[in-house]
Amino acid sequence: MIQNPEESAPLDGILVIDLSQFLSGPCAGLRLADLGARVIKIEKPVTGDLCRQLYVSDVILDGESTVFHAINRDKESFVADLKTPEGLEQVKKLVCRADVVMHNFRPGVAERLGLGYESVWHLNPLVVYGQISGYGQEGPWRDLPGQDLLLQSLSGLTWLSGNADQGPVPMGLAIADILCGMHLAQGILACLVRRSIHGRGGCVDVSMLESVLDFQFEAITTFFHDGGQPTQRTASNNAHAYLGAPYGIYRTRDGYLALAMGRVPQLGELLGCEPLRQFQDPATWFTERDRIKAILAHHLETRATAQWLAVLEPADIWCADVLDWSQLFGHEGFKVLDMLQTVRRGNGTTYRTTRCPIRIDGKRLYADKGSPDLGENTDRIATEMHL
Amino acid sequence: MRPLEGLTVLEFAQYMAGPSAGLRLADLGAHVIKIERPPSGEGGRQIAIKNLIVDGDSLVFHTINRNKQSFAADLKKLEDLAVVKQLIVRADVLTHNFRPGVMEKIGLDWESVRQLNPRLVYGEVTGYGQEGPWKDKPGQDLLLQSLSGLTWLSGNADQGPVPMGLAVVDILCGSHLVQGILAALIRRARTQKGGFVQVSLLESILDFQFEVITTHLADGGRLPQRGKRFNAHAYLAAPYGIYPTENGYLALAMGDLMKIARLIGCAEIEEYNDPRKWFTCRDEIQQVLADHTRTRPTEHWLALLQAAGVWCSDVFDYARLLAHEAWKVLRMDQMVRRDGVEIHTTRCPIRIDGEILFSPKAAPRVGEDNKSIQEALRNA
Repeated sequence: MIQNPEESAPLDGILVIDLSQFLSGPCAGLRLADLGARVIKIEKPVTGDLCRQLYVSDVILDGESTVFHAINRDKESFVADLKTPEGLEQVKKLVCRADVVMHNFRPGVAERLGLGYESVWHLNPLVVYGQISGYGQEGPWRDLPGQDLLLQSLSGLTWLSGNADQGPVPMGLAIADILCGMHLAQGILACLVRRSIHGRGGCVDVSMLESVLDFQFEAITTFFHDGGQPTQRTASNNAHAYLGAPYGIYRTRDGYLALAMGRVPQLGELLGCEPLRQFQDPATWFTERDRIKAILAHHLETRATAQWLAVLEPADIWCADVLDWSQLFGHEGFKVLDMLQTVRRGNGTTYRTTRCPIRIDGKRLYADKGSPDLGENTDRIATEMHL
Repeated sequence: MRPLEGLTVLEFAQYMAGPSAGLRLADLGAHVIKIERPPSGEGGRQIAIKNLIVDGDSLVFHTINRNKQSFAADLKKLEDLAVVKQLIVRADVLTHNFRPGVMEKIGLDWESVRQLNPRLVYGEVTGYGQEGPWKDKPGQDLLLQSLSGLTWLSGNADQGPVPMGLAVVDILCGSHLVQGILAALIRRARTQKGGFVQVSLLESILDFQFEVITTHLADGGRLPQRGKRFNAHAYLAAPYGIYPTENGYLALAMGDLMKIARLIGCAEIEEYNDPRKWFTCRDEIQQVLADHTRTRPTEHWLALLQAAGVWCSDVFDYARLLAHEAWKVLRMDQMVRRDGVEIHTTRCPIRIDGEILFSPKAAPRVGEDNKSIQEALRNA
């Protein structure tokens, strides 16, 4: 039991009924769980959340995908078949007791099941209801699958990474899913704040398309103001299509060097690269960025990363080495974060994963509970909630 | 009624991570006041992309700081600091992203400020946390991408590190800050006490990689292996990727390769009928697919695949997207105005109670609201 209310987890006492699957909804559920909410996943019989079988590479952990275990730790699993009256009735009883109900069904499905906002509001007017769609609740794309790569491809995002001579280059993680889940969590939390002050529930709608467009707010605003010019990545060393030189990652004699914003002539001096000193006008750092980057790339290959860092860091130039995970995990800068945790599943299996990135009152939020087996908590929840 | 109406946020933060959190709180209804040093204000006002400056401030600054007010105060001057402390007494939330130690020097660190206002939720952004060898390193997006392993996930196997071409670390970290602040506000209603929320760019970008890091920790520490060409996710099997067509590109997400091969009439794929090969022979399969998709236009493939429920799409740039009906129905853009100048930008991506949250107020000039804010203090 928590003795000191000031030290209780922020969402202590909040019950979340999570009907979502895959990544977008469940990553929001994970955040709410780590902040102290009790999250019950509602899963269909036999298969459950389809993410359980969404294997990545060739790695299987305890019979299911590592991705599922990463996303669904710190949650409970309740199996119900929403297509049967009994299953639906049980879920409705859970909804009556919930503070938050969320789903990522395609548009219209929740309504058909009798679990749309209107219906849920009648059962529980104080509920905060959150829903995720791929492309919004209307329009020509509303019934298309809300899958991350498709959202990246349709939203213009694939023209921002990689170099000018490449075709579309997607970001290699499910960025649209994760951002959309983060936005859902924000909307739900904001409505819970309002409920705590004004005593009313609310409905939160997010879509992967709006989320991935919001992510591009700088670039799209620029597009509105530059006469609609196509996104132009740099010929080499591109790290941001809208930023000037030196912004990019460069090969060195023994590895790579990341260089963020910096004054080009000063860089020329520090690096002993005479040709850079001609770019005195800051406007040229954008207009001549391909040339500047080519000069830099050629020059930086002549020495080792550590040698360049030794020159640049003392001069307060924004730069860094480029690490992979094994180099990072061995570094003191990573170790002090204590970012990894070992969690334990109901059957005793343990695995290592990351923790919540937010600290509250100076404390890191660990949660040692692993992901649930399909329906692991069904009986206990049925008894506890008198279903 | 917007969810955060009636709440006041003091934003000492600059550049991207902190201010993007302030923007979200503002769009959700909070009253956000930037505390800026006169005369030039926050550093982001001068950081331009594509050299675009609008009405004296960079277009990026306008994008991130619309819907806020500005109070100019020099925190090194006692009289200014005194007024700021009065504001803090009345505020609900404070955010900053100074490097470790700076707020302590001014006397506005969490421990000091909670004495002034025990109900305050205090949000702090750092680059790498408050301790360790990197604590004084600049918290800049590209550096965090480079140090966190992220650059080995995008692009193809024969490329070096490929960064994601937006400030993904800043944006995610700002989003985590919002979550922490809102969670602490929910607790405040229960306990009547504020709280201290800390996020760092490094923890946020590691969190973003949580699925693949968990996989890496379970697979004996193998490093991500991007596909040779057409890579879209180092850990996903073929067909996941973007392929060339006769007139453009085709994105193919996860799917039954045999079904796809039949639908597009690519007999060569059929020898890969063991799903394990879709990962182990990914490079070969993707090359065969690309050689085949290259022969016909995108629309041809979409017609065959979409009808059969395969997850696929065209690949758009902004011009094609913004001309499409799907963009128009979203009503994702809005105009904000400062004096005579119009800035065309995007809106909040979250809808509340069925309402789209438009906010017509533009970014403030430095100190634009000193008068009204001081007046409100006198009348308080």
